[in-house]
Amino acid sequence: MYEFEYHHPGSVENAAKLLSTLPEAKLLAGGHTLLPTMKQRLAAPKHIVDMRSIRELHGIHVKDGHLVIGAMTTHSHVAESALVNSHLPSLAALAAGIGDPHVRRRGTIGGSVANNDPAADYPSAVLALNATIVTNQREIKADAFFTGMFETALKEGEIITHFVFPTGIKGAYAKFPNPASRYAMVGVFVARHGADVRVAVTGAGANGVFRANALEAALKGDFSPKALDGKGVSADDLNTDMHADAAYRAHLITVMAKRAVTAAQ
Amino acid sequence: MSATGIGASVKRKEDFRFITGRGNYTDDVNRYGQTHAYFLRSPHAHATIDGIDYAEALKMPGVVAIFTGKDLADDKIGGLICGWSITSKDGSPMKAGAHPALAQGKVRYVGDHVAVIIADTYAQARTAAEHVNVKYGVLPANADTASAMKSAPLHDVASDNRVYDWHLGDKGATEAAFAKAKHITKLDIVNNRLVPNPMEPRAAVGEYEQGTETFCLHTTSQNPHVARLVLSAFIGIAPEHKLRVIAPDVGGGFGSKIFIYAEETVCVWASKKVGRPVKWTSDRTEAFLSDAHGRDHVTHAELAMDANNKIIGLRVHTTANLGAYLSTFSSAVPTYLYAPLLSGQYNIPAIYAEVDGVYTNTAPVDAYRGAGRPEATFVIERLVEVAARELGVDPAVFRQGNYVTQFPHQTPVIFCYDGGDYNASMLKALEMADYKGISARKAASAAKGKLRGIGFSSYIEACGIAPSAAVGSLGAGVGLWESAEVRVNPVGTVEVLTGSHSHGQGHETTFAQLVSGRLGIPIENVSIVHGDTDKVQMGMGTYGSRSGAVGMSAISKALDKIEAKAKKVAGYVLEAAEGDIEFKDGKFTVKGTDKSVDFGSVALQAYVAHKFSGQDLEPGLKEGAFYDPTNFTFPAGVHICEVEIDPDTGVTKIERWTAVDDFGVIINPMIVEGQVHGGIAQGIGQALLEGAIYDKDGQLLTASFMDYAMPRADDLPSYNVGMTETRCPSNPLGIKGCGEAGCIAAPPAVINAITDALGHENIAMPATPQAVWRAAQQTMKKLAAE
Repeated sequence: MYEFEYHHPGSVENAAKLLSTLPEAKLLAGGHTLLPTMKQRLAAPKHIVDMRSIRELHGIHVKDGHLVIGAMTTHSHVAESALVNSHLPSLAALAAGIGDPHVRRRGTIGGSVANNDPAADYPSAVLALNATIVTNQREIKADAFFTGMFETALKEGEIITHFVFPTGIKGAYAKFPNPASRYAMVGVFVARHGADVRVAVTGAGANGVFRANALEAALKGDFSPKALDGKGVSADDLNTDMHADAAYRAHLITVMAKRAVTAAQ
Repeated sequence: MSATGIGASVKRKEDFRFITGRGNYTDDVNRYGQTHAYFLRSPHAHATIDGIDYAEALKMPGVVAIFTGKDLADDKIGGLICGWSITSKDGSPMKAGAHPALAQGKVRYVGDHVAVIIADTYAQARTAAEHVNVKYGVLPANADTASAMKSAPLHDVASDNRVYDWHLGDKGATEAAFAKAKHITKLDIVNNRLVPNPMEPRAAVGEYEQGTETFCLHTTSQNPHVARLVLSAFIGIAPEHKLRVIAPDVGGGFGSKIFIYAEETVCVWASKKVGRPVKWTSDRTEAFLSDAHGRDHVTHAELAMDANNKIIGLRVHTTANLGAYLSTFSSAVPTYLYAPLLSGQYNIPAIYAEVDGVYTNTAPVDAYRGAGRPEATFVIERLVEVAARELGVDPAVFRQGNYVTQFPHQTPVIFCYDGGDYNASMLKALEMADYKGISARKAASAAKGKLRGIGFSSYIEACGIAPSAAVGSLGAGVGLWESAEVRVNPVGTVEVLTGSHSHGQGHETTFAQLVSGRLGIPIENVSIVHGDTDKVQMGMGTYGSRSGAVGMSAISKALDKIEAKAKKVAGYVLEAAEGDIEFKDGKFTVKGTDKSVDFGSVALQAYVAHKFSGQDLEPGLKEGAFYDPTNFTFPAGVHICEVEIDPDTGVTKIERWTAVDDFGVIINPMIVEGQVHGGIAQGIGQALLEGAIYDKDGQLLTASFMDYAMPRADDLPSYNVGMTETRCPSNPLGIKGCGEAGCIAAPPAVINAITDALGHENIAMPATPQAVWRAAQQTMKKLAAE
């Protein structure tokens, strides 16, 4: 790790100010991607702006029938929250399956979504549950947020403050972990929004999280695992690595989607 | 049996300090004025070094010195050695390429050592390393075992990259057996390359004291005396009496800390050059790149049977990847630690094995838990399982029909099995595994759309290495005896100085149990001293499941001498003839009387020497012994693995694991069971998860835990562990050894179970979900067609 200067502003406004005035500054949320990268000297920010002290970014509440989750809320907080468990149990279940207990006590929903790691779990929930990402500048719909691997609609200096999730949605997340890293090799989040169904796939896509239109169409008519027989995602835009090639990932997407549908019944 | 003697499950004395963070590991050692070393490593798998410019780096903040291979050569520091000489078929010695601690003119694998940067802090050294300019001339590289002999040569001494072509057994007799065979089973096998990954990475702190002109090296070693011997006699750091090597608490080794590596060598050498202590602690990436790896064989094997399903011949050809350089004992692993084990538990009249050891542009390969024996066991146990299937015989019955039943049994490949009861283990394992119920369980799995299979492994290993004259005749550069010194203090407490080294095995407990039981003193009154060449007499260290069979035998021998001397002292104290003194439960008694004296009082009398003349009997109570084993020991057993495969995902779940092992006399059943558990976990890791993968340019793709899959608790089943016991006839305590059994037995049991479930043999290790899913597609297609 190279030397850097550490800042811990108490407000989003101050964090934004630091981010815009300091050269080569990086936001630190949970740090699970940033810190290992810095230790390996692959990233060398001159300034670290730690968001931990910004109280308004922590916590969970319900507003106008929506679940509002602060960007700095940890995975374990989401997993154990009574509000999330009663209003959106599928999201609590996903959070409970991220990494291990150490990761869940440090990692944050804002950090995970802003980083948009193609193997992260949260992006699939945000996309399938059709959440709104609220920043210090605007509101962004999930469909417009994830723009590619490690790429999002966030602009320079833009800071996610919280997420707004619709509630009362039947859904479930089924993950097939990478045997080594335990990140999602394929993760499928299925969510039933009244007559509409949204299926988001993480871990598999060459461009990060994506919606599986063919699966959504099949499930709209019949929200049952059987409806997915013979349906699938083309292997063309899927990742190949030493753990899973594109054909295996394509196969697993259907299998995991079926398991998610079963769990969501 | 006393509460703390042999056979008692005494809780480990060392664990309190380990689990409360009070262990003292090499990285915990910090010295006044110490510097930190960073090793600049080759990013290329094969390249000439056409220039190293470090003028700029030398001016960076905190930098104390930068050294390259030239500095080592200028100081006449020798290269790293391979201490076991293997002879090829034509009688020529193995082709050992030079192995300098810092590269001289050429690098041969990614992670090879180019230069060392020494600075006040680690960060400064690492930053300065980024300013060292190395001009490389990239050469074609090869990491693949099978194609090594057709690839660009690594060393001038071996133009075809072949270190040796070695053989063992009777070729003619084996060919004759195959000629008259009724059935021949053939298999092609890849034994996957593994990264050892002990929890504690390697580390070193080198120091030089100018006043006494002595070096001291703290390092993560399984055998500090051997490290001192090599550093002194071969590498030329300093004479042995001017070099102290200390291996304090060591957090796991699995073989990888037997060897004498570049980094430790450079740290101790450089400490004199810079006049300050030099410290290095490997990070995890460096451990992946530069710790000696394990396994990596490509094998074709054939088994011949007669009309009665008796095995009559075995022939094996193996290409063994030894990496870019010959590590300390690497040459012996795929030869003498491998081929002699190919007979397994079976009576095979004719065996012929050929092994090509090859250089590739990969990290050196050397002994890793089991070392050759897992590879051999995988070959023979896969062969017998497949042979049974091909012959339509139950695999347990096929094994039982071929077991060695008479002892001693001379195999055609060196070993003389001294004792055992293989069928006893098989019968017990079949019972524990509910083998009778397997058909019903397979049907139940099939009803759920799952594939269930069961697999056996009837393994044997050769431990307690080894009779020194025997290994000497096979090319070993050292003897493999062990030493002990038992020091009784005047108050009757005891220190045992052992040449063995504990890095997780629990010697502080088990060795103390031996002493406590033997002398009838509380276990708290015994301490075990190891790992410091200034304290402990020359010893050979710990590997190959030898510390019980060899190390404790040395202690036992020293205890014999202690008892004999103490009886003499007791005779004076009790005013009786030495021959009339009996020793039992910590008390010396005059035969047939109630006159007695306890051990502590005798110890005190030995030191005050008031009751006898120093001319008749030397004062004191301290005895040493060297024990040279008379034979290898042969632990053996049967492991049965039962798996259920989900053909939708390819996930293999181990549903049941039965292990029945014969380790001879067991000192501490709890510790032995723990060793079995850990060994099986490593074996399952090899079978299902682990595999070091280099790409075609020689870059290690699995250089972190993100890509190299270690077994985790939820990958593993609960183990059903049982024991049978036949005393080892070849050492005084009857011990066979248990440290490696699990990882030797496990891989073929897993693969035999998976192939049983699949109904075909097309799966290699590691049987990852992706591989099993592909293989299961074949099975499901076949089932659908039926």
